[in-house]
Amino acid sequence: MGYPHHPNPRETTVLSKHFGEADARTLDGWKKRGGYKALEKALGMQPADIVNVVKESGLRGRGGAGFPTGMKWSFMKPGDGKPHYLCCNADESEPGTFKDRELMRWTPHALVEGCAIGAYAIGAETAYVYIRGEFTEPLHWMEQAVKEAYAAGIIGKNAMGSGKRIDVHVHKGAGAYICGEETALMESLEGRRGNPRIKPPFPAVSGVFGMPTTINNVETLIAAAPILMNGAEWYKKMSLSNPKSTGTKLFSVCGNVQRPGTYEVVMGFPFKEFLYDLCGGPLHGRKFKAVIPGGASVPIQTMEEAEATLMDYEGFVAGGSMLGSGGVIVIDDAQPMVTVIARLARFFAHESCGQCTQCREGTAWTTKILERIRDGEGTVEDLDTLLDIGEQMTGKTICVLSDSCAVPVISGIKKFRGEFEALIQGRRFHPVTAAVA
Amino acid sequence: MVDAKIVNLTIEGRSVSVPEGTTILEAAKTAGILIPHYCYHPGLPIAGVCRMCLVEVEKAPKLAPSCATTVAEGQVVHVHSEKSLDARKGVLEMLLINHPLDCPICDQSGECELQDYTYQEGREDSRYREPKRFNPAEDFGGDVIYVPNRCILCTRCVRFMEDVAHDPALNVSERGDRALIGKFEGKDLTHPWAANVVDLCPVGALLSKDFLNKARAWELDRTASICPNCTQGCNVTMETRENQVVRMRPRPNENVNAFFMCDWGRLNYRWMNEKNRAEHPMVRAKNGLVAASWEDAISATARALNGKKVFVVASPMLSNESLFLLTQIMQGGGGAFRVTEGEEAPLPGVEDLALRRERAANVYGAEKLGFKKTRDLLGGLGQGDVLVIAGEDLAGIDASAVSRAGDVIVISSVLPEAAGKASVVLPIANFSEEEGTVTNLRGRVQRFTQAKQAPGETRPSWLVLGDLLGAMGKQANFFLPSEVFAKLASSNSAFTGLSYDSLGFKGLPLVDAPATAPKAPIAVGA
Repeated sequence: MGYPHHPNPRETTVLSKHFGEADARTLDGWKKRGGYKALEKALGMQPADIVNVVKESGLRGRGGAGFPTGMKWSFMKPGDGKPHYLCCNADESEPGTFKDRELMRWTPHALVEGCAIGAYAIGAETAYVYIRGEFTEPLHWMEQAVKEAYAAGIIGKNAMGSGKRIDVHVHKGAGAYICGEETALMESLEGRRGNPRIKPPFPAVSGVFGMPTTINNVETLIAAAPILMNGAEWYKKMSLSNPKSTGTKLFSVCGNVQRPGTYEVVMGFPFKEFLYDLCGGPLHGRKFKAVIPGGASVPIQTMEEAEATLMDYEGFVAGGSMLGSGGVIVIDDAQPMVTVIARLARFFAHESCGQCTQCREGTAWTTKILERIRDGEGTVEDLDTLLDIGEQMTGKTICVLSDSCAVPVISGIKKFRGEFEALIQGRRFHPVTAAVA
Repeated sequence: MVDAKIVNLTIEGRSVSVPEGTTILEAAKTAGILIPHYCYHPGLPIAGVCRMCLVEVEKAPKLAPSCATTVAEGQVVHVHSEKSLDARKGVLEMLLINHPLDCPICDQSGECELQDYTYQEGREDSRYREPKRFNPAEDFGGDVIYVPNRCILCTRCVRFMEDVAHDPALNVSERGDRALIGKFEGKDLTHPWAANVVDLCPVGALLSKDFLNKARAWELDRTASICPNCTQGCNVTMETRENQVVRMRPRPNENVNAFFMCDWGRLNYRWMNEKNRAEHPMVRAKNGLVAASWEDAISATARALNGKKVFVVASPMLSNESLFLLTQIMQGGGGAFRVTEGEEAPLPGVEDLALRRERAANVYGAEKLGFKKTRDLLGGLGQGDVLVIAGEDLAGIDASAVSRAGDVIVISSVLPEAAGKASVVLPIANFSEEEGTVTNLRGRVQRFTQAKQAPGETRPSWLVLGDLLGAMGKQANFFLPSEVFAKLASSNSAFTGLSYDSLGFKGLPLVDAPATAPKAPIAVGA
C-alpha cells in the first residue's frame, strides 16, 4: 500500500499528525499548523519550569533506553560556568527502525523546535543534530528547515526576539551504526573515530568537547512541544496500562505483515490488536511466528508472548523483551529462524567498532557459527558454545553493542531451539508453500 | 598527591589504603596483587578496551574494569573470584581465536603477556572451529615490524604515538574483527622514540627489526644498567646472550625516563661487543709493545708516573669511580675530555626527557670531578708531562701535540693510534663489563652493573686505577667499586652522603643538584 498510510482510526496521531503533508515541511506550512508556538511559550518560561513540566509529563527517552527525559535534563546544572550542549541523536540505524526518518522527512521544523526548546531548557546555546549518513532525504529537509528557521530569526543570536542565543547545527554522520551510541556519537561529532567512551564520566558531566551534554532522541525532543502546549496532565493521561509509560509512541513496522509502516499509538496499546488490526495481520496463507518488537537488539518474542503484550516500557519487559526503539520486525512461518538470527548477528559483527575484545571477536565468532549451522554444518556443541559466547558478551564491554548481538542469539536459541537442532541433525527447513497474495 | 584523601578498601581480603582517585588496578599492585591486563599501561592514557582486568566489586551490578574504575571507601574487590576468572577466561579465549598460535617462531615468546596469562588462567583448548583471519605482516618503518595476526588491538602503540610522542602515526584501521593497527598515509615510525611501541606491545605484534630472530627470551641474561649513549641517563636493562649485548630496553624510573628510552640509545649497543680489543697488559720493550703481567705493567706505570705532573685525557663514558681515581694520579697536572654531539630529540609527552645533544654517559660527572670539557683535548698538556689516555681514541686530534708528552700511558678497552707512543697499555673493561656510577645532566648519580664478561686479561677500570694508586704508594687497594665510591663521597662534597646502598637502582641526586619534580604519571586522557 501507499506510504505514508492514512492513519488508522485507532492511532493517536500527535507527532505523526502531519505525515504526508508536503506543505508541513515549509516554515509557513509549519506555522499554519501551530508550529513554533511551543518554542515561543518556552522562551517565556524559566528553564527549570520547562524541565519540571517535562518531568511531570512522564516523557521517557524514545531512543531505546527509556530514561526519564525530565530527569536527564535536570542533570544539567545551571550556572556551572561551562557551555552546555544538546545533541539530538538522529543516527537512527537500529535494524527495523525508521520512525525518526519519517519525523524528519515530514516534520523537520518540529525537530528544530524540539531542539530549541531542549537547548533552552538545559541552558545550552548550541544543539547538534547528528543525522545518519544514509539519511540523505531527511538531511535535505532538516538543512532546509534550519536555514528557514535561521532566516526567520526563530533560532540564532536572538531566538524569537527572546535575547537568547540558540544555534542548531545539522551534522551528517558517515554511516556507522555505533555512532548512534551516545558517547560514540560525541566522539564522531568531535571529529574522531566513533568509538564509545568509558562511562563514567557520563555526558551530563563530560560530553561533547568535554562539556556537560544532554543527548536526546529525535522523537523525544519533538514530543516536548506538544507537552508544553497541552500540559503535563494531558500527556500523562495518554497511557492505557502502566502509569510509568505515558504519551504516544511511534512504532515502525516491517517484515512479514500486510501493512508495514510507521504507526503512532498510545502507550499500553495491545500488541495483538496492533499487529492484526493496524498492521493487517500476516500475509495471505502465512502465520506469524515471532516478533522483534524494539529493533534488532531486543529479545525475540514468540507469538504467544507478543499477543499477550501491552505496548509500553513495562509491558514489553513482562512479555520477555523490551520496547527499545519501537522498530517492530515481524517474522512469519516462512522464515527460518536460524537464517534470521544469523543475519542479525552478521549486522552486529559488521558494525562492532572493535574496541572491546568480547565484542570484536564475539560478534564475528557468533556469526561464523550461526552461518555454519544455517548451512547445515552445525554440531551439537555449537549451541552451548553460542550460549556461552553470548554470556561472555553480556555486561562486560564499554557499550551494549556486544550485548545487543548476544540478545537475539540467546533468546532465539532458547525460544526456537527446535529449528537449530533440526538443522544440526540434517533436516532442512521447509517453509510453508502457500501462495503469497 | 600529598594532600590527597586516603581511601580504604579490601582487595582479595587484604586491606589497602591509597590516595583518592587511584584505580583499583594500581591499588591492587600496592597489595602485591597483579590484576591481569593488556591495554592498561601506567605511562599511557586509559583505554579500557581489552576487558581483561575485569574484577568483581561487591554490590556493583556488573564486573568492573579495574584499570578504569577508581577506588571507593569500603569497596570489597575480588580479583580471583569465580565470576572474574570466568570473564578473563572468556577474554583469553576470544583473544586467541584468531591468533596464529605461532609461539615457536615468535620473537615475543617467553616474554609474552598473552602466553603468560593464558598459561595462568586460560582455557586448555579452544572451541573455535572456523578459519582464522589473516593479514600480512607490514614494515612500519623505523625499527618496527607489525604482525597483525598476533595483534590483540590493545592500542598501546596508538596511544603512545599520539599522546606521548605527539606524532600520531598509528591508528586503528577498519572495525569489528577486521580491525588492525594501521599507519597514516605517508607516515612511518621514524619518530626518534617510536621503538618504544615494541616494548609496549604486550604480544608479538610489534617487533624490533634489530632484535628479530636474534634470541629467545629465555636465553637472555638481564642486567640493570644505564644507557651510556647520552647524558639523560635512561635506566635500562641490558640483555645479553652468550656474552654479547643483544638488546637494551628501558627500565622504569619516574625520575629519569618514565618507561621509555630513545631509539638511538636503544640501538647503539654494538660498540660494547667490539671484538678488536686490547686484551693483555703491554709494556714497551726494545722491539715495541710486548705482553706483560698485570704486576709488571702496573709497576711500570707507577714508575713512569712517580714524581711527574700527569695530564689525563679521559672519556666521559668512564664511571665516577674511575674518573675520581684518575684525578688522584694527576699530581698537579690536569684533565680534559671531549664529547660527541648530535641533535637533541625530546619525547614531548614526558617532562624533561630527551635524547640529549651530548652523547656520553658521564659528562656531568666528569665536570664535577674537575675534568675540563674542551675540543682542544691536548691543549692543557705541558711540555714533559706524562700523558694518560684513558678510554679516549684521540681520533681527529692533531697527534703532533702528543710529542710534547714526556711519556704516554694508555688505559683503554681498544687500542688508540697513540698507543704507538705508549710505554704501557693497561686494558680495561668497557661500560657493559664493569660496575660503577654515572651522573646524568640533572646531577642524578645512578648505578650500572656488569652485563657481560670482559675479554682476555682485561680488568675493570676502577680496579686497575686502584692498583696503580697502590703501586704509587698513595692508597690502599680497593676490593669493590663501592669502596671507591665511598672514598669519592668522603672526599668530594657534592657526593656527600651517597653510597651504593642508598643509590639503589634508581639513583639519587648530588647534594647540589637542582631539585626536579618526579615525572608524574601521564594523566587520563592527556
